[in-house]
Amino acid sequence: MKVSLFVTCIVDAAFPRVGIATTRLLEASGCEVDFPIGQTCCGQPAFNSGYADEARHVARTLLEAFADADAVVSPSGSCVGMIRHYYPSLFAGDPALAQAAQRLADKTYELSQFLVRRLEKVDFGGRFPHRVTFHPSCHGSRLLGVRDEPLELLRHVRDLELVDLPYARDCCGFGGTFSVKMSEISSSMAAEKAENVVASGAEVLVSTDMGCLMNIGGTLSRRGARVRVMHLAELLAEAAGLTEEVTA
Amino acid sequence: MNTKSSVRDRAKVALGDDFLRGAVHFTTDRLRNRKQAVTEDFGHWEAWRDRGEAIRRHTIEHLDFYLAQFADNLERLGAHVHFCADAREALDVVTDIVHTKAARRVVKSKSMVTEEIHLNHHLEELGVEVVETDLGEYIVQLAGETPSHIIIPAIHKTREQIKALFEADGGENLTTETRDLVAFARRRLREMYLTADIGITGCNFAIADTGSIALFTNEGNADLVANLPKTHIVFMGMERILPTLADLEVFAHLLPKSATGQNTITYLSLITGPRRAGDGDGPEEMHVVILDNGRSRQLGDPDFQAVLHCIRCGACLNVCPVYRQIGGHAYGSVYPGPIGAVLSPLLEGGEAYQDLPYASSLCGACYEACPVKIPLHDMLVKERQQFVAKTGGKTGEKAAFAAYRVTFADHRRYLGAIRLARRLQGGFAKGGVIRAKIGPLAGWTDRRDFPALGQQTFREWWMERKRGTRRG
Repeated sequence: MKVSLFVTCIVDAAFPRVGIATTRLLEASGCEVDFPIGQTCCGQPAFNSGYADEARHVARTLLEAFADADAVVSPSGSCVGMIRHYYPSLFAGDPALAQAAQRLADKTYELSQFLVRRLEKVDFGGRFPHRVTFHPSCHGSRLLGVRDEPLELLRHVRDLELVDLPYARDCCGFGGTFSVKMSEISSSMAAEKAENVVASGAEVLVSTDMGCLMNIGGTLSRRGARVRVMHLAELLAEAAGLTEEVTA
Repeated sequence: MNTKSSVRDRAKVALGDDFLRGAVHFTTDRLRNRKQAVTEDFGHWEAWRDRGEAIRRHTIEHLDFYLAQFADNLERLGAHVHFCADAREALDVVTDIVHTKAARRVVKSKSMVTEEIHLNHHLEELGVEVVETDLGEYIVQLAGETPSHIIIPAIHKTREQIKALFEADGGENLTTETRDLVAFARRRLREMYLTADIGITGCNFAIADTGSIALFTNEGNADLVANLPKTHIVFMGMERILPTLADLEVFAHLLPKSATGQNTITYLSLITGPRRAGDGDGPEEMHVVILDNGRSRQLGDPDFQAVLHCIRCGACLNVCPVYRQIGGHAYGSVYPGPIGAVLSPLLEGGEAYQDLPYASSLCGACYEACPVKIPLHDMLVKERQQFVAKTGGKTGEKAAFAAYRVTFADHRRYLGAIRLARRLQGGFAKGGVIRAKIGPLAGWTDRRDFPALGQQTFREWWMERKRGTRRG
């Protein structure tokens, strides 16, 4: 199956290892992966701040980059949520673009959603002998309805002990530009989340969105907490031995 | 209301108040857990939400019809109906009644609409003593404050603080035991019910086809307020309508379960007109004030009409991670939390609450908790868009997004910008993170590390791999 990767700007710029892990997982699932170079950002920073024109302008890069894709897969519930839920109305003013937006919305998947629901692949093999807790990203779980898919994948990793995260479904406080515009509230939310992560007793925190993870991870590292923060793709790829090059 | 400071400034004050945050955490946790337990036990919660939403949508779509039907029925029952466009008109109605009755004392049960028009302040200016009889409202009144939660007005108060307030009000030998505190309030309020000239209540739901007012309380205070004084005034927002009593059944489930996690409300009273000949009790005169105050502006607006579906249960406050951090007063508006952040700028219509829609991480917990499925998170974004459309946006932010628009619309410029940032971060990046409080990052790096950009972007890795310079 041919798959086009939408890596997201945050992973592209700051967390390339997550993009690499995503590529390896898709290839290990038998997909032929393509990375259309014209893609940049889903437009969410501008859109959520009220700058719809700017968001539309940037979002067009995705409409064009993925026009010919069969399926688009992304390691972010938030960015996929933006595409699936807001693109059709964002482009409603232009019938041709609205149609392209709807087509893209219909064929775009968050990684775990794609693996579990489309490919029905839940086991990548390997083991991960650590205590792991999972933070469900708000946009992934609420906007997109991706709830059990990441857990399904984690449950198939041998020797992985999944522990409950207290107040798991509470937002970590990232919220895109909210984290800067309302930084005091945002960092207080992140502090509470970090405390809950520590309280869970987990050695590893895993999630499906790097926005959440850079927020929680940045708080944990500032506090000197010894919790490793990983994207789900990284964990699965590492467990399956697909990432020597990345960790080297 | 404190509208000169920003929500961000007020939030900073609240974040420094450990008593406040402790009290809010304690109570919202309890309400959330109870709600979850009661809705799971009840079952089919999503179907009930769908039903609730459908009824509210239908009602608001035909609000003119149902309001007319409701008013006709009220008049037939002998009540006086006052349609008021704004706070001024509503307060004038009250002034007239107070003067006609030569009223000296008013008892009130809980009503957010009266908070909206600052009724207590107005009555006091008329020389009338106002006594709040909802326990939480009573506490807030003694403290000289306003409610910080729609359902739990004194959520921000601890037992110790309440005991001190009651002692200042004449309570002797009090402890922090619930029984003691409640007994004091009950004794105190009983005198008030019996001596008040006017009773003022809110209205949870107004039933169009019977002309009934449905009141939900846990303390029974609204029944005493409505029935003991000779005059009863009801205050309601114009959107409080339900078509029939059968519809009330749905909301008798949705409201208490969502609000406090109670399976049923303790007192559900239906008041249908003033005292009739042969009735044992009830007021001689009943007035119903139906307030617009910015609501009708939302009718016909595809983006915001659904905000009128709200049944004021407060469930969105209890799950909101922002409310959890800052409590209600930081919002600076009568209605706090997610519903307040959406509703306050809409009702006010001006610039007073324009920053409230930004006090949200857009996590969507509010929508998920809403018993009538109002898409509050989407409305917050739309309000931000309206703000930008109307004002052009704040200078720095506007420039940032203008730059974003140019840079991110082309992948070459985008990669160029990342490479530039990589060079610029230079000495700030240590051990893979940035801790320095530089530029717009300062808010982030104050308490969190920011990821430094690595040697290579994903796309650079991809291109290298494609060229075969690296075996992937």
